[in-house]
Order: sequence, then C-alpha cells, then structure tokens
Amino acid sequence: MNLKMVFNTVGRMIFLEAALLVLPLIVALIYGEGSIAISYLITILIALAVGSVLKFAVKPKSQVIYAKEGFAIVALVWLFISLIGTVPFVISKEIPNFIDAFFETVSGFTTTGASIIDDLSVLSHANLFWRSFTHWMGGMGVLVFVMAFMPNIADRSIHIMRAEMPGPVVGKLVPKVKDTAKILYLIYIALTALEAILLMCGGMTVFESLVHAFGTAGTGGFGIRADSIGSYSPYIQWVIASFMLLFGINFNLYYLILVRRIKSVLKSTELWCYVAIVIFASAIIASNVFSIYNNFPDTIRNSVFQVAAIITTTGFSTVDFNTWPELSKGILFVLMFIGGCAGSTAGGLKLSRAILLFKQSLREFKRLLHPRSVNAVRMEGKPVDESTLSSVSTYFGLYMICILSVFLLLSFEPFGLETNFSAAVSCFNNVGPGFGKVGPFDGYSIYSGFSKIVLSVAMLLGRLEIYPLLLVFNPATWSKNK
Amino acid sequence: MKIIITGCGKIGTTITSCLASEGHDLVCIDDDAEVVNEIVNIYDVMGVCGNGADSDTLTEAGVESAELFIAVTGSDELNMLSCFIARRMGAKHTIARIRNPEYNDEKGLGLMRRELHLSMAINPDLMAAKELENILKFPSAVNVEIFSGRNFEMVQIRLKPNSALDGMSLSEMRKKYDAKFLVCVVQREDEVFIPDGSFVLKSGDKIGLTASPSEIQKLLKMLGILQKQARNVMILGASRTAFYLAKRLLLVGNTVKIIEKDKQKCAEFSNLLPGAMVICGDGASQELLLEEGLETTDAFVALTGMDEENILISIFASTKNVPKVIAKVNRNELASMAEDLGLDCIVSPKKIISDIVTRYARALENTIGSNVENLYKIMDGKAEVLEFSVQSDFEYVNIPLKDMHLKSNILIAGILRGKKIIIPAGDDVIMPGDNVIVLAAGGRMQDLLDIIK
Repeated sequence: MNLKMVFNTVGRMIFLEAALLVLPLIVALIYGEGSIAISYLITILIALAVGSVLKFAVKPKSQVIYAKEGFAIVALVWLFISLIGTVPFVISKEIPNFIDAFFETVSGFTTTGASIIDDLSVLSHANLFWRSFTHWMGGMGVLVFVMAFMPNIADRSIHIMRAEMPGPVVGKLVPKVKDTAKILYLIYIALTALEAILLMCGGMTVFESLVHAFGTAGTGGFGIRADSIGSYSPYIQWVIASFMLLFGINFNLYYLILVRRIKSVLKSTELWCYVAIVIFASAIIASNVFSIYNNFPDTIRNSVFQVAAIITTTGFSTVDFNTWPELSKGILFVLMFIGGCAGSTAGGLKLSRAILLFKQSLREFKRLLHPRSVNAVRMEGKPVDESTLSSVSTYFGLYMICILSVFLLLSFEPFGLETNFSAAVSCFNNVGPGFGKVGPFDGYSIYSGFSKIVLSVAMLLGRLEIYPLLLVFNPATWSKNK
Repeated sequence: MKIIITGCGKIGTTITSCLASEGHDLVCIDDDAEVVNEIVNIYDVMGVCGNGADSDTLTEAGVESAELFIAVTGSDELNMLSCFIARRMGAKHTIARIRNPEYNDEKGLGLMRRELHLSMAINPDLMAAKELENILKFPSAVNVEIFSGRNFEMVQIRLKPNSALDGMSLSEMRKKYDAKFLVCVVQREDEVFIPDGSFVLKSGDKIGLTASPSEIQKLLKMLGILQKQARNVMILGASRTAFYLAKRLLLVGNTVKIIEKDKQKCAEFSNLLPGAMVICGDGASQELLLEEGLETTDAFVALTGMDEENILISIFASTKNVPKVIAKVNRNELASMAEDLGLDCIVSPKKIISDIVTRYARALENTIGSNVENLYKIMDGKAEVLEFSVQSDFEYVNIPLKDMHLKSNILIAGILRGKKIIIPAGDDVIMPGDNVIVLAAGGRMQDLLDIIK
C-alpha cells in the first residue's frame, strides 16, 4: 500500500474543498450574514491547515497507485471532506450537534437528501447553499472533478475513477482519463446551468434556482421549504421532474449524442428499460391515486414527479406520498432499490445491474431444464463477461447484507418495521425520504445519535458502492505483510 | 494526436508505454479481453476488445479520426489487412509489423507498401540485426548510434575499472587528448548527466561521445581501448534476428558460426545460409561451446528466444574472455539486472521498434517549423538524442552558441552542414539548412526552439 501517495492525494482534495468553501462564503457576504461568513472563514483555515499537513508533510516517493490505493483514496477522501464539510454547520450553531451536522453533510455529499432539520427556516442562505452544493459535488464525484481540471495525473488513475464512479463497468469515452472526466463534467455543468435558467424562467430567484438545480443535478434532494417542491408552480415541478429523469440517464449517452452517434444511443438496453419502467410505474400509480386528486393534470404530474424523484434517488416530493394507497407506496419502495442508470449521478443498485441479475437468473432457470446448455448473457447487443456477471451477483449479495445489517442496527429504535426498514433502504440507496415516520415531509431527527451514525455510514457505503469503505475498515489493507 | 495500436503483445505494450508518456491519445485493440484490461489499468489509454481488421471494432476505436494506425499483432497478414482497412476507413498514416523474411525482400515489400498505402513497414528482427551489425563493426563501444545516415555517430563506452580517465575532469581530458570529440552524456548508476567541463569521470560510468568516425578511432586508440572489428562471430540460437545478422555478416566476408538445438531449424539455416557453419547442439552446454572455439572467437551473440538463457550463457562467454559479448534481452527488468551482472551490451528488438515508432509519431506531429528528423533514446531511455533540420525562419541563426541561453540539461552535440560535421564549441553558429543534433536529459523536445530558455 502506497500510504504516502494516498494521504498526499487526500491532502490535495482537502485543498480543493477549501477552495469550494469560498462559494458559500460569498453567498454569506451577499446576504449580509456576517457571523456565518466568519464560520466559513474558520472552516477554510482549518481545511488549509489539515490539507497542508497531509500534502506537504507526506511526500510520496512513488506516484504509482494500484486498485487498492484507488479504493483507499476514494474512501478516505469522502470521510475527510464530510468531516470538514460538517464544521461550518457546527461553528455557526445552526446545527449545533456534531453528529447531526455530520449526518446532514454526509447526506449532502452522498446525494441522499435525508435531513435531520425539522424547521428549515433556521438555516442561513449560506448554509442552505452549502448543503445543496455538496449534492452537486458529490453527484459526479469530487475526485473525478480533480481529474478533469487539475494538471498532472499519474498513470493508473483509472483506478480512482473506477472506485468513485458508480456502475458495474466504468469505461472511458476517450483515450485519456482526464479528457473523459472533463467531458463528463462539462455535460454535467451544461445540464445544471440549463435547468437553473429554466427554473428562473418559472419565477424562482437566482438563489432558489441554483439550490434546486444543484439538488436535481446530483440527484440529491435538499430543498429549502418544508414541503420540498410542493408549493412551487406546476411549471417548476415539471422542469424539475424532467431534469431528474435526465440526470438519471447514463452520461455516456449524452456524449454519444454530442458526437452524433445517435444510433448507438437508441440501441441502449438500459435506456429503454429506464423509459419503460418510468412510464409503467407512473401509469399504475396515476390510476391508483386518481381518486385522491380527481383531476387529470394533478394526478399525472404528481405521479410522474414522484416516480422520477424515487427512481433517480433524488427524493424531492410534491405531495406526501406517505398518504398514498399501499400499491403506490409498494411501487415506489421497489424503485428505491433499482435506482437510475449506471454512469449517472443517481444512486441505488443501478438499472444495468438489475437487468444483468434478471437475465442471469433467467439463464440459471433455463439451465435447470437443459443442464448442458451454453448461453451468454447479452447486454447492449454484446455478450457480457462471466467475470462481470459474477461481480454483479457478488455485489448484489453484499448490498443485501449491508442493507439488512443497517436495518438490524436501526431496530433498537421503537419506530416499527415500516419506518426502520424504509429508512435503511432509503439511506443506503441515497434516496432520502422513506415511509412511516421518515416520510417526505418528515425528517430523520427522531433517530438517536447512534442510529444517525449508522445511517451516515450506510449512505457512504451506498454512494461509494460498498467496496472502498469496507476495504478501509479491513485491517489487512493497512498491514504491511499482507 | 490520436493513435490506434492493434496487438497488445510485448511490442504493442512497449509502444503504448512510450507513446502514452508522450501524451498522445491512444486506443489499444486486442482480441483478448484480459490483455486489454491489463493495459487499460496500467496506462492512460482506451481499450477496445476485438479483431483489428474488423470494421466494427475499428469504428468503435474511432479510426476515422486517427492520425496514425499501428498494427503489431503476431500475424503479418492480419497486420497488413488491418492497416489496409484502417487506411480505407480514414486513418491518415499506417504502420505494420511485417516480420516474415519472405515478405521482406526489397521488391515484394516495396510493392506491398505501395499497394497497401503503408507509411512504414517495420521488421523488429531486421532492425535488431542492423543494430547488432553496427556494434560488431565497432566492438570497443557498448553501443553505437548513427545519425543522419552514416555521417555522425554517438559511441557509448563504459569506463572499465582503473581506466585512464578515472578521476579526470572533462576539460583536462580535452587538453590531454588532441581530438575533436565531445562527451555529451554520462550515466552513473541510475542517474544521467549532461556534463560540463568541470565534470569528473569515474570508473564504471557509461559515457556517450560524439565525433566523426575517424576522430573516434583516433581517440579510442589514444585511450588504449580500441578493438578491431569482429571478423569471427559465434551466434547462439537460429532465430529470425540470427538469420538477418548472419546474412549481413556473411555478405561482408565474416565467418559466422550458428549453434542451434533444433535439427529442423539447423537444416533450414544451412539451406538459407550456405556460407555459415551451422552446429546442431545445445548451446547451454559449456563443453560444446568450448569445443566449437568460444575462446578464440571475436564476438559472441546470444539470440535465442529465452532472455534468461541469453543472459546466463553470455555471462559464461564473458568469463572466457570473449572480446565482445552481446545478449538479446527483451524484458526491461531483466535487461537492467543483466547490466548489474556485468553484461554491458544488450540489444532489445522491442525497444528498437518503439524508438522508431515514437520518432515517427513525433515527426508526424511537427509539420511546421523545425522538424524532428531523428530521435534516439539512449541510456535506458533516460536521455534523448534528436536531430532537427533548421528551417529558414529559425530565429537564432548566426548567433554564437555561447550567447544563446540554452536550457539546462540540453546540449548541442553536433551540427551537420552539408557533408561537414561540426563538433560545436562556443563560437560556432547555427545556419539555415543545417541539421542540428541535440541531446536532452529529462523533458521532452518537440521543436528546435524548445532548447532556448
């Protein structure tokens, strides 16, 4: 393990965070929130101090990183930036409890959007901005950001990208990691800007539109009102719903559109499944909840919005879906597991993994009838490697074990199966709202400090797709002999 | 510049490594998914799994925007076919590895290159044989690089223990030996220096000298390390390189003895090379080597397919005081170990090929201003020798070199003006139409202007 390189990289990332913390500082100055500005200033100084210790005190002899270093860098970077991102909330005393603030920051960076704040009006503009901005950074990935815009990245940095980008197979769009990262981020920035502009056209202020664009882009879900998006106009709800769906699509497809390879986009299995699931789920829910709204536009809007918010694991809401009939709640619950497409900013298991698991199960079933049959599982028109298939099934196994463990640890709380289980599933898949007492208009403040830490770890596990974090907590990773 | 490489074997990987460090956009194609994964993990390149002659695979690799297409799979025919298709699909330049001797005769190769629109056909075995021939012609040196056709040489020699030059600074050396030469580069253990006058040489250093051929002979004679050209050569292993080498050596009247274990190969060689003595026997047997006159031969060249065998038998030959011992070693890590063990003369075909390809890629990249005409990587690739031709719009013509502010770690090793070779001193100037030979350690040169601060 090249520990020096790992810590040096973590140090560099903390520097980056210090630079990004300037943005909320500016927001604080614009809105004249003097004391908040000071707390951001202090945080920046802390970040610079910690960053320089790690960056300048640890000089790596060799720049070489392998897969395990990639995992360790990603896990440690996420832990460190979450810890530092917590500081302004605590210093400004708007979220005085450290564990609460940590939960909120992790929920931001992992694009979960689960909140422990019952009354959002206590938060200053700067803190609201920072909360949503963490979504934006976390959505595409902080390390990918560095790869895109910093010079000199070493060979083998694909390991870092792979550890941070979600999905079963992380490929490159163009030969260089740096250019790939740049293309992804430019698409991301362009889409975010477009959404912000469309939201402004709908009458939102610049601040509101930015915060909501960040929340949508990262598929996070932090809003600034207690009823999330519910009290905004139908136009705004439609804009947000469509952009949630757009951010749930594999970004590689946007690149293919840009280079005019639209035919290959239309051949994408994952995209068509995604579209089909959204349409079917919305249709069923719409027919199921029609009796509540009794008019066509509202029914369609609310059901499409909610399906989009849950399948992309954003977690915005226009209505309290907790009060919907059981069938609708059931469908939403299943969508939480599936999540968006691989290579998007969405969380969850990822649609491509779900498709592969389904096809693989079909094949095993066929084998019962014809034990000697040889069949390749096909995806996007190509046969899938056996090693990819087995890694997908292994991942699914680990994923279920992790969710169940989180659920068991939450069971100390007296809130009933529906609440606890949906909280575990929702946090692990980076959705945000759950059912029961953690519904869309309620928060996670009911949980104890211990459960909040469990849920924070669950969110990180879900965002980083389990392996990096598990690796860091495995003593064998750090031992020199193994 | 976008470059596609198909075939990620030993040569493909070496070329990838070189071109990736040059900062090109690389796409590597191989039909083995594992090999592709491996190469993508190590280098910053894109991998495509498939057949390099298949149009779908080539489209996926983006052949229509490729500047250069390099086919180095194990099969000559596949290389030719993929180059042909790639060229038709829009690749601007193509390079194919063609190693079968039957395709490599002048007429056939010329026809093929023309009809397939190949920019270059490379034959690693032939290139290695040419390099070996150069070394054998001049055995005092570890290595000889020839620039600008046959005009200008850089000779690398290793200072033996108790060498006359031990502890001597370069300015003293210049005074003592009256010849026109320039010590351009010194490798000491793992470090490479571009020395100035106060630099003090030590035994064990590998130094690079430039001078005209006659001046070098003169200097080596004065130093007492001049060896005669090898006339009597023993080659181990009937490989393709051995074939080309033996053919070239026989042509200029040397005696060649080839030792090979495989009977069929021996028969084949004795058919193809009537002038050579072909011995069928195990070259690893010391008895056999001694019986065949190892101790009286001028040079011993180990060219079997096994690096390890080449190294070990060469060490044995060195202990028997064979004047010149050369081993073919393909794996880099083994090459450096072999040097530690005392074998200073090592030839690696894949390195030769990757040098040629890198040079070609650099030359392609510069179409305006001064061009890189030649590029040689020396001292394990830690330093580069580049040849630029000076265009009329070069800003620094007619300025004495001592007044030019050159970057550190850069040296002008020679100026070629017409047929004249100038080993430059401070008062010499660069003129339009010259070819300038620049030596650079660390940092990559693109243009002649890059030498100025």
